[in-house]
Amino acid sequence: MDVAPGTLRRTPLSPVHRELGAKMVPFAGWEMPIEYSGLISEHLAVRKAAGLFDVSHMGEIEVEGPGALAFLQRVTCNNVARLLDGQAQYSALPLPNGAPADDLIVYRRSAERFLLIANAGNAEKDYKWLLSQERGETELKNRSDEYALLALQGPRAQAILQPLTRVDLAAVKYYHFAEGDLDGQPATISRTGYTGEDGFEILVAPDHAPAAWKRLLEAGGPQGLVPAGLGARDTLRLEARMCLYGMDMDETTTLIEAGLGWIVALDPAKGDFPGRAVLESQKKGGPPRKLVGFEVVGRGIARHGYTVLANHQPVGAVTSGTYAPFLQKNIGLCYVPAAHAAVGTDLEIDVRGRPVSARVVPTPFYKRAQ
Amino acid sequence: MYPDDRRYTKEHEWVKVEGDRARVGITDYAQNQLGDVVYLELPEVGRVLKAGETFGTVESVKAVSELYAPLAGEVAEVNSELVSSPEAINTDPHGKGWMVVIRPSDPAAAGALLDAAGYSSLVESGAKQA
Repeated sequence: MDVAPGTLRRTPLSPVHRELGAKMVPFAGWEMPIEYSGLISEHLAVRKAAGLFDVSHMGEIEVEGPGALAFLQRVTCNNVARLLDGQAQYSALPLPNGAPADDLIVYRRSAERFLLIANAGNAEKDYKWLLSQERGETELKNRSDEYALLALQGPRAQAILQPLTRVDLAAVKYYHFAEGDLDGQPATISRTGYTGEDGFEILVAPDHAPAAWKRLLEAGGPQGLVPAGLGARDTLRLEARMCLYGMDMDETTTLIEAGLGWIVALDPAKGDFPGRAVLESQKKGGPPRKLVGFEVVGRGIARHGYTVLANHQPVGAVTSGTYAPFLQKNIGLCYVPAAHAAVGTDLEIDVRGRPVSARVVPTPFYKRAQ
Repeated sequence: MYPDDRRYTKEHEWVKVEGDRARVGITDYAQNQLGDVVYLELPEVGRVLKAGETFGTVESVKAVSELYAPLAGEVAEVNSELVSSPEAINTDPHGKGWMVVIRPSDPAAAGALLDAAGYSSLVESGAKQA
């Protein structure tokens, strides 16, 4: 698992990306495709048809045994008891200060078998953190090397995938999954994603990944499917106001500040977990600062780290900022004191020494038509 | 790939001398490294630039890149059409993607910049490192 510093890890699809002429960049210790044909065209393809992403860098941790549910209730912030077999849940690993060590998806395969999908850069850290917790009769395994993960995203995703699987996709609802097949090989197909569109995330064996990737592109090409890189993934998720760990949240920002109160379960059935007291008090009384969405009103693109001002005083920093290819606006997220968080509040972004006006707007910036 | 009718800088700009004026843009290599360009900031006509001075900014979705004056001189013209449609920097970097015209204080200075062959080998060695 440990890799020498400076050595980038490669997914099983790395040769395929090179063949497609992808621009490869280092990301979270991995060499990943940032774009193929161009970020904007890939972004728009996902909004209008479909895109195929290699997200095999994500980490997979299996949590199994009679104590698995109780263990997950103690280490995650969402209520795992609400999951049925074949259901998934967005959650996080809270720290005692109420901030996430990571955000992740919890999949319930059966009453005693769960799978966690974690951020690439955090998987090893998460695994060690989980091992350090009291876990009773629970077995933990970092299976990150045994899975490849493809994300097929966009309004055409179901039509493209259906002919290639025996799983009845119409029966797989949002945040549900099915263990079935893809192109005759075992695959776990989950109706989840990080783009703001309908779509699927598909776990396959690493050996099967190149064939699965090619089959999907062949089948979807006539319907507008294109390979899409991490560049488009980032702009798509930001339009949909999905947080990126390490940018919009980290070990210093509470889940409530990040606007993730909806994944913090406080009902009595949930029981205690790290940071519960802080999160409970912030959920009731409101957090001192909030992650808000803004739109740049003046000319300029806000970028990660730029200072945010209100009444000419620094009040926060941009966590994510970009030109939004579908909305054709410059948007971003930033933490500001609660007093400046209301929709309509005027802000300024210090764009390399030049103040540019911005305004707090409702989020998500983009919401797909149902 | 790189036209012989102009000179190039290590900062991936091209300079095309047209009489007492020099047209400036970024190279195909630079636009390809940047990706889809969505924002451009150019100087006012009349601004006097020192060689190597920042005269503008070009931004793609992912990256910000400064523009450096390849020659000392006065800005004689700016491509204001490009400011509203900066995608021409990607589609035609050596043509419609021109950014400014400088009236160089020393018209001979361009001779010291790289020629097309020199620039091509610079880009190839950079690509090998990357």
